[in-house]
Amino acid sequence: MSPSFVEFFYLVATALFIFSLHWMNDPKTARRGVMAGASAMAIGMAATWFQPFVQNHGWMVLAVLAGIAVGWPLSRVSLTAAPQRTALSHAFGGLAAGLVGTAKYFAWLGDGPEALTTFRMIAIIAEVILGFITFTGSLFAAGKLQELNWVPQRPVTYFGQNIFNGLLLFAAIGMGAMLVNDPTSEIAPLLFGGVVVIALLFGILLIIPIGGADMPTVIAILNSYAGLAAVAMGFVLENKLLITAGALDGASGLILSIIMCRAMNRSYMNVLFGAFGSVAPPQEGGEQGEYRADTIESASQIMEQANQVVIIPGYGMAVAQAQHKVRELYDQLMKRGIDVKFAIHPVAGRMPGHMNVLLAEADIPYTSLLEMDEINGEMPQCDVALVVGANDVVNPAARSDESSPIYGMPIIDADKARTIFAIKRSKNPGFAGIDNGLYFDEKTWMLFGDAKVVIGNLVKELTGESGL
Amino acid sequence: MKESRRYLPRSVIVVISTVVAIIGVALAAHSMTTETLVASPAVVPSHAPGDVDYWGMVFVFLLSAFVGLGVIRRVSRLLYTPLMSLTNAISAIAVVGAILVAGPDYPIEIRVLGLIALFASVTNIVSGFLITDRMLKMFKKD
Repeated sequence: MSPSFVEFFYLVATALFIFSLHWMNDPKTARRGVMAGASAMAIGMAATWFQPFVQNHGWMVLAVLAGIAVGWPLSRVSLTAAPQRTALSHAFGGLAAGLVGTAKYFAWLGDGPEALTTFRMIAIIAEVILGFITFTGSLFAAGKLQELNWVPQRPVTYFGQNIFNGLLLFAAIGMGAMLVNDPTSEIAPLLFGGVVVIALLFGILLIIPIGGADMPTVIAILNSYAGLAAVAMGFVLENKLLITAGALDGASGLILSIIMCRAMNRSYMNVLFGAFGSVAPPQEGGEQGEYRADTIESASQIMEQANQVVIIPGYGMAVAQAQHKVRELYDQLMKRGIDVKFAIHPVAGRMPGHMNVLLAEADIPYTSLLEMDEINGEMPQCDVALVVGANDVVNPAARSDESSPIYGMPIIDADKARTIFAIKRSKNPGFAGIDNGLYFDEKTWMLFGDAKVVIGNLVKELTGESGL
Repeated sequence: MKESRRYLPRSVIVVISTVVAIIGVALAAHSMTTETLVASPAVVPSHAPGDVDYWGMVFVFLLSAFVGLGVIRRVSRLLYTPLMSLTNAISAIAVVGAILVAGPDYPIEIRVLGLIALFASVTNIVSGFLITDRMLKMFKKD
């Protein structure tokens, strides 16, 4: 295929990628977007492959088949595990970028110094640093989300953490600068190796101080890094398709991470440069009063008498896999003419939009899923707010308690409902270790237990009473 | 809804202009060193990039970043998880780079790196697009 044909197909692929993202603006057209994206990818791949200088076909086909063999099962994971899968994919993307940068450096090193121009060297260093940070960072994020044993679950912080990380990054940039200055000196391969090792280490150090509640932001940032790594690769290989697709990806990660930051009232710069703010030490519990537990029977009676019920799901619903039981409860209440809505906080769950996907999986129509800003105005008229495994996103301390670590974070105003039921696994504080005043409110009744079991019992109670 | 769209200007423009500034510095440094290369007649750049349009690439990057921001801002909030797995699949465009490294007649070590990158990218392409479609199938109106 001649170079101008290749460019033409790259142009078509770029246009399709843009359409692909454009069609994501509505659930009705979104599947078309996936088709457009997949075709763009196929076109870009084929146009690159069928160039005369590409040989080595056998091994490449083998690599593609291996990729399909691993990718297929990864696409069948349960949607509760969607955050882990996404993080793992970011790791693969980062690895690919880092390896291509490394390979290109050594290929050009063999060709002699005139191939390693300053521009190319800077692009390669950027690609390798971004790629390998994304690789180990995402791998650790995936491990944390999957709750693997060898990955520390609790945020790990130590004295001088930010200074140490800053020094490491500084060292990597310094070594990079030396490489740019003289890409073919005798110690150059060593320096290059040093940059790679530091980037790998930095990725890990970036993730270990992060708690589960910050995961949505971090995943979005890693998404952005993976895109920027692809852009850098495009500059290295002088390939415009890589630049456009990478920029689209980077923009997406950037916007999502900004939205997540807003939803947690964190400054964007703070997150971008990895200073993820340490998690406040857990407060001494028990000072705020007592939980008031309620029985399933009376809870179901109160719900039956309601006109409007708002269900507020959180990560606890995902952990308990309770979305299908929630659907049954939704059906039971709708059958009685009760208006049921879902209030979705932007950072509920472990990745952006996590709750929406889980509820869609349980066949709940997306017209019942409302964003925080849309539902908050209705909360005072709401008879029952049912909190399913959510904690910080309904904590009124965010509005009133200036000393609270989550002060200023926008929340769903569950406390304004007439009656609140909160389903909670245990009496321990939530992930961030912050006590939740909502649970001690005089309108609040606690339903302790696994979310799936509790909601199952509620459904049983409701079906029993309807005389069926 | 309105409020969430207000955030674009400051932080985004800071980030994009930082990236563009870095590229600009790289280009300036590049042009300085190329001049010295040309000045020394001993060096005949056989593999040196002759007339690569670096500024053109920067333009492409800048414009596609803004197109990306414009398009992504309109994405339905319901679909953030599928959006992320879709862009994840799109970032597997690194597959192009992997082919360009694994394909040509490079030494074997380099090609192996390319093959691993190819494997990793194809994994992302397959799993990314398939799981996105699987998720989107579930979104029903009623």
